[in-house]
Amino acid sequence: MTTVSMTVNGKEVSADVEDRTLLVDYIRENLKLTGTHVGCDTSQCGACVVHVDGKAVKACTMLAAQAAGSEVVTIEGLANGGDLHPVQAAFHEHHGLQCGFCTPGMIMTAVDMIERAKASGQKLDEATIRSELEGNICRCTGYHNIVRAIEAAAG
Amino acid sequence: MYETKYHRASSADEAVKLAGSADDGQFIAGGQTLIPTMKQRLASPSDLVDIRNIDAMKGVNVDGNKVTIGAATTHAEVADAPQLRAVCQGISDLAGHIGDPAVRHMGTIGGSVANNDPAADYPAALLALGAEIITNNRTISADDFFTGMFETALEDGELITSISFTVPDKSAYSKFPNPASRYAMAGVFVAKGGDGVRVAVTGAGSDGVFRHAGMEEALGSNWSADAVADADVDEAMMLSDIHGNAAYRANLVRVMAKRAVAAAG
Ligand SMILES: Cc1cc2nc3c(=O)[nH]c(=O)nc-3n(C[C@H](O)[C@H](O)[C@H](O)COP(=O)(O)OP(=O)(O)OC[C@H]3O[C@@H](n4cnc5c(N)ncnc54)[C@H](O)[C@@H]3O)c2cc1C
Ligand code: FES
Ligand code: FES
Repeated sequence: MTTVSMTVNGKEVSADVEDRTLLVDYIRENLKLTGTHVGCDTSQCGACVVHVDGKAVKACTMLAAQAAGSEVVTIEGLANGGDLHPVQAAFHEHHGLQCGFCTPGMIMTAVDMIERAKASGQKLDEATIRSELEGNICRCTGYHNIVRAIEAAAG
Repeated sequence: MYETKYHRASSADEAVKLAGSADDGQFIAGGQTLIPTMKQRLASPSDLVDIRNIDAMKGVNVDGNKVTIGAATTHAEVADAPQLRAVCQGISDLAGHIGDPAVRHMGTIGGSVANNDPAADYPAALLALGAEIITNNRTISADDFFTGMFETALEDGELITSISFTVPDKSAYSKFPNPASRYAMAGVFVAKGGDGVRVAVTGAGSDGVFRHAGMEEALGSNWSADAVADADVDEAMMLSDIHGNAAYRANLVRVMAKRAVAAAG
């Protein structure tokens, strides 16, 4: 066991975990933040995407120990009290989900993609959004409304 | 995943020492190959030495016509480095199409090269660019480094610290990704420089990345997509699996080569 500490959604957290503990298990089991999902065991579905030090990563493909000392944001950290984050609001408005299983990962990926596009002055067109979503799998929606929601949120 | 012990190194020397003093130590960089492999219990290192926080092993440096990329530089950092895109668009484009954004935020050039997956992208770039792989104790040419599927010239406990190459006159990479995994079904990197033309193929060969002498010769005398349109690609050397048989892959190699030459201009 090792004590692993980091900042999650602005709060300092700490837990004694085995070194092999994945970041996603640390978040779900130790912190009881179950918005971050696990949809596969092959690092391909993106349901587990969180931000570590401002970058979207797959929490199932990182050890908690690798994230020690980092700033982590999960889906629970986006809304401001009762006010949804603009990307959450856009998913709601454009019906970007059905069962909702992929949604936390989709939204965390979308927020990261929009922030990177803004920083580089690039316009997010439909083709770019679709290729940026390559690491996120949705079994329900057919992606159409997810893409629309992201287009709307990107402005 | 089996139990393991995690260590974080702050210098290359420390990383080599830590890995060397462990029972069965392994470096972990981005973890984008090693962690999935450990989750499947196909790897069970007793100790993991994290090299992602070693500053001296990070960054892209272009000095005149020499490019040096730290081994712990992520795919996203390589893709986004404007000074590299200005001199070698082929490798920038390649890095920007590895996996997906989350994989590119973690995965590193050193990890990709050390792993030498037969469908990985970077091995094609390094071989075509005639790159050098610099480790904690020697320099290995790409021609000697990639020795077969998942096999490299690295010794146990040897750490790649950087990759370097000379800026080519022209270069481009064209990849046909497997629609599920995003790894290459066939990827061809073409480069034209002081040493002539070099063409490297990944994804398709049953023995991993390889150079194609016929296409190099054809392009040497006629740099045009047409020159490789009818290239002889040996089907006996091609991978054949549920994703595509040997004949399909041989044809993909020709098509990717044509597209790469056209893109290089
Ligand atoms: C969903 C998904 C899609 C992907 N798609 C692609 C793709 O399209 N194309 C592609 O090329 N790759 C792809 N990858 C693989 C990805 O590029 C990995 O990042 C890369 O292969 C390994 O780099 P890493 O830094 O993650 O290495 P790790 O997983 O940390 O390590 C891999 C191996 O290399 C060793 N190692 C790492 N760094 C060094 C070093 N500096 N010196 C010596 N040994 C070292 C480790 O000990 C380990 O054995 C994909 C991965 C995933 C999960
Ligand atoms: S659970 Fe992380 S990619 Fe599927
Ligand atoms: S909404 Fe069901 S998986 Fe995407």
